[in-house]
Amino acid sequence: MKSFTYERPGTPAEAAAAVARTPDAKFIAGGTNLLDLMKLQIETPTHLVDVNGLGLDRIEATAEGGLRIGALVRNTDLAADPRVRKDYGVLSRALLAGASGQLRNKATTAGNLLQRTRCPYFYDTAQACNKRQPGSGCAALDGVSRQLAVIGGSEACIATHPGDMAVAMRVLDATVETVDAKGTERKIAIADFHRLPGDKPEVDTTLRPGELITAVTLPKPLGGKQVYRKVRDRASYAFALVSVAAVVQPDGSGRVAFGGVAHKPWRSEEAEAALARGAKPVTDRAFSGAKPTHENAFKLKLAERTLNAALTQARA
Amino acid sequence: MKFDTPAGQNPIDRLKVVGKPTDRIDGKYKTTGTAPYAYERHDAAPDAAYGYVLGAGISKGRVRRIDTAAARRAPGVLAVVTTLEHPRLERGMMNAAYLFGGDEIQHYHQAIAVVVAETFEQARAAAFLVKVAYAPVAGKFDLAAEAKGAKPVPGDSGEGSGGNGEERVGDFEGAFAKAPVQFDETYSTADESHAMMEPHATVAAWDGDRVTLWTSNQMIAWGHESLAKILGVPKEKVRLDAPYVGGGFGGKLFVRADAVLAALGARAAKRPVKVALTRPLVMNNTTHRPATIQRVRIGATKDGTITAIAHESTSGNLPDGDPETAVNQTKLLYAGANRLTAMKLAHLDLPEGNAMRAPGEAPGLMVLEVAMDEMAEKLGMDPVEFRIRNDTQVDPSDPKKPFSHRDLVGCLKLGAEKFGWAKRNPKPGQVRDGQWLVGIGMAAAFRNNMVMKSGARVRLGRDGVVTVETDMTDIGTGSYTIIAQTAAEMTGVTLDRVVVCLGDSNYPVSSGSGGQFGGNSSTAGVYAACVKLREAVAQKLGFNATDAMFEDGQVRAGNRAVPLAQAAAEGELVAEDTIEFGDVSKEQQQSTFGAHFVEVGVDVDTAEVRVRRMLAVCAAGRILNPKSARSQVIGGMVMGTGAALMEELAVDTRRGFFVNHDLAGYEVPVHADIPHQEVIFLDEVDPMSSPMKAKGVGELGICGVGAAVANAVYNATGIRVRDYPLTLDKLLDRMPEAA
Repeated sequence: MKSFTYERPGTPAEAAAAVARTPDAKFIAGGTNLLDLMKLQIETPTHLVDVNGLGLDRIEATAEGGLRIGALVRNTDLAADPRVRKDYGVLSRALLAGASGQLRNKATTAGNLLQRTRCPYFYDTAQACNKRQPGSGCAALDGVSRQLAVIGGSEACIATHPGDMAVAMRVLDATVETVDAKGTERKIAIADFHRLPGDKPEVDTTLRPGELITAVTLPKPLGGKQVYRKVRDRASYAFALVSVAAVVQPDGSGRVAFGGVAHKPWRSEEAEAALARGAKPVTDRAFSGAKPTHENAFKLKLAERTLNAALTQARA
Repeated sequence: MKFDTPAGQNPIDRLKVVGKPTDRIDGKYKTTGTAPYAYERHDAAPDAAYGYVLGAGISKGRVRRIDTAAARRAPGVLAVVTTLEHPRLERGMMNAAYLFGGDEIQHYHQAIAVVVAETFEQARAAAFLVKVAYAPVAGKFDLAAEAKGAKPVPGDSGEGSGGNGEERVGDFEGAFAKAPVQFDETYSTADESHAMMEPHATVAAWDGDRVTLWTSNQMIAWGHESLAKILGVPKEKVRLDAPYVGGGFGGKLFVRADAVLAALGARAAKRPVKVALTRPLVMNNTTHRPATIQRVRIGATKDGTITAIAHESTSGNLPDGDPETAVNQTKLLYAGANRLTAMKLAHLDLPEGNAMRAPGEAPGLMVLEVAMDEMAEKLGMDPVEFRIRNDTQVDPSDPKKPFSHRDLVGCLKLGAEKFGWAKRNPKPGQVRDGQWLVGIGMAAAFRNNMVMKSGARVRLGRDGVVTVETDMTDIGTGSYTIIAQTAAEMTGVTLDRVVVCLGDSNYPVSSGSGGQFGGNSSTAGVYAACVKLREAVAQKLGFNATDAMFEDGQVRAGNRAVPLAQAAAEGELVAEDTIEFGDVSKEQQQSTFGAHFVEVGVDVDTAEVRVRRMLAVCAAGRILNPKSARSQVIGGMVMGTGAALMEELAVDTRRGFFVNHDLAGYEVPVHADIPHQEVIFLDEVDPMSSPMKAKGVGELGICGVGAAVANAVYNATGIRVRDYPLTLDKLLDRMPEAA
């Protein structure tokens, strides 16, 4: 870990300003991912702006009938919130499928959205990784790739977004609210929040430098059966090989997003229009143009079968 | 004491303390965080500086240059020691790869420098400032690609399984060709990491030309000798101390870079230095269980009598490394007149392959016991019945050599009854429970019983407290407890009057912990020392040693009873002895046996495999402590489940290293993954094994269990996977159409 300076600002705008004016500064909230990466010198911020004291830790009803989740609401608290459990079951289930109890106690809503990939080459500083060191190459392309992206990747990167929460938020059409150094607020649709790697895999999201997430809002409840199905090698604790967040209405229509398959939660509104016809038409469409490696081609079939499992569960 | 005749009646047979499910005496220290592990020996070496080991970033080649200028200037840095400053250091016992010194890189993450600083964070940060220039060369990293050129080699795991490159009995090929029912399949198993909780760690301190290492090691005497050789210091001037070891599984049998670099770092910094290997270094710098490719052929008559059996295994290793001895149980487990076993070794430039819990048997039975399941199906026989049909009470290659005690059949029958085997549907893919396809499977367990020379010293204090000193280690196995039970039984005191001191190279040399030989051998050594102590006590108190009974804190004979402590009234009594095993242990084949039964569920959509319940029935001589023995067996069952379902060091065959080198990427099963485990021990004694009449049990639990899991998956799905671990991607294509 490199030495760094540290401050605790008083307001979100001050926090944004603090990061904007200091090169290589970063926000820190739960620190469950950032601190690990700093120890390995994958992240080397020179200045940490601690946002834990900003009070962004409430879950409130919105005028539109939805929920506004403060950026600092811990994963444990969000999953257990009665309104989330009642109206946004897919989110609660996704949160509880992620990490461990200890990590969820610490991890925050905004931090979870910003967690970085778990590609093993990203974690080994002796290996080429464009995400860690732009221009160095991608060892994963011809390396061990079982866990990595099957769609939306590029010649520069086939990393995945490793999280569960964001997949549920994507299916719920959440909105990310931010503030910048000047105090300007911005709303980013979750669909536009995470980006594909393209030729800039070092950039995970569309946040601007210094822009601070203050909240995530959920639109009014969708109803329907809400399922989160996470497939992994180990039941106790593991990142998803494939996950499915689904909201299924009584008429069989609904929404579906996939995790563990791409650099962002993967959802195709076009594809999900076929949901009433079953899993295969949806995944055929959603994954058209997929470019799996020989090690992870199984994820395409797995996505279809996992969606099938989710639909079975939703109809039960 | 020489053990050269079968054990007769002795004080252990009273079983007043031995054989009881006593709680671990070190348990309260471990659960309250007051058992200091190597890295925490502030008591012994206060003010230690921190060493951070830098591993090579290439897999093969040379180090051209190491620039340490920036690291040396970094805050808190006390010393930097690089591999280029030393000639290539000697290797310790059983090391295939060199640990440090010189410019040659044999494998990824080989240690090339240690940075010593005031704090751990400073040492780690400075290590990132070390600039290294390499001259890489191409290496061989792909076992499947190199297997064709592999050569037959003899090999010995050093832990009870070994053999020649090829061994034959009768005419295998001829008998196989004539067999009415033939089976021939090839399988593969993965590289695996020990993944013990405590990483390799050492604190080293020099006092003039003497060095002490508080370390985490299974074999103190081996480590002692090895470190003297590696550091070029006379053995008398080296001391090792390892009272607590947080798991080893074979990964700590031998000296590793942590110990060497703590000592070199401490010499350079002129201060005690502590070094723990990071998890990536545990996986790529130390040793692992090598991957194998195995072929099994079985020929049988239609009634299921095996007439020919062959088991061949190919593994890879560094040039001076050994093969994985995966075929050796096949020499002893089943009858059959015509036999072939063979081991081949390919040269690979991956990190060193070496012993991991039940080396040989763990991957060997993973394959053999699936092959037996497949053959049973081919014969239309019940898998339990097929194994019983081919039981042998003698070494099939040497029919004059009987097993000292073998009740595999008893294990199979009792296990089948307790597990409800009779309710199993032999036709696969038939049982559904909601989302789950349910199957049950079984396998035999087998592991040789090794005995090792083992010494101990016993002291009787004026207060009547009995103190045992031996360099035996407790690697989480329960050594403290069974040694205390042995001493208490022998001297007739209660457990709270026994103190056990372990892991110090100043104590008498013991068997150490490995190859499931530690429990029986080390307690037999304590037995021997206690026999001597009893003689000294009897003499002191005027008893005839052969008549004297040691009971309830007293020594008794006839009507006379004297408190034990009185023997030490004038001063402490000290006795020391070593048990040495003579020919009696070689005249008969000593092995341990078991049967595993497993029920799994396989998700009908996703093919996720989840274990539902497990049972092991074990026949391993006298069980010295059913509680700690059970813990050993269930731990082995968990580890074997990992090998069957998820554990795999993923090889980057271009770059030559294990990619998933942390515990997020290398998944092992934990409590939440296995809901129900049961262990039954057959009530038996083996007087051929030692005065304790016990045998090893620490590795038996992992032997065969993976095959039972795989056989259960087959029973659940009808899909046979022969490439382990059996991850869902290998099932998915053949799963029935989703409902």
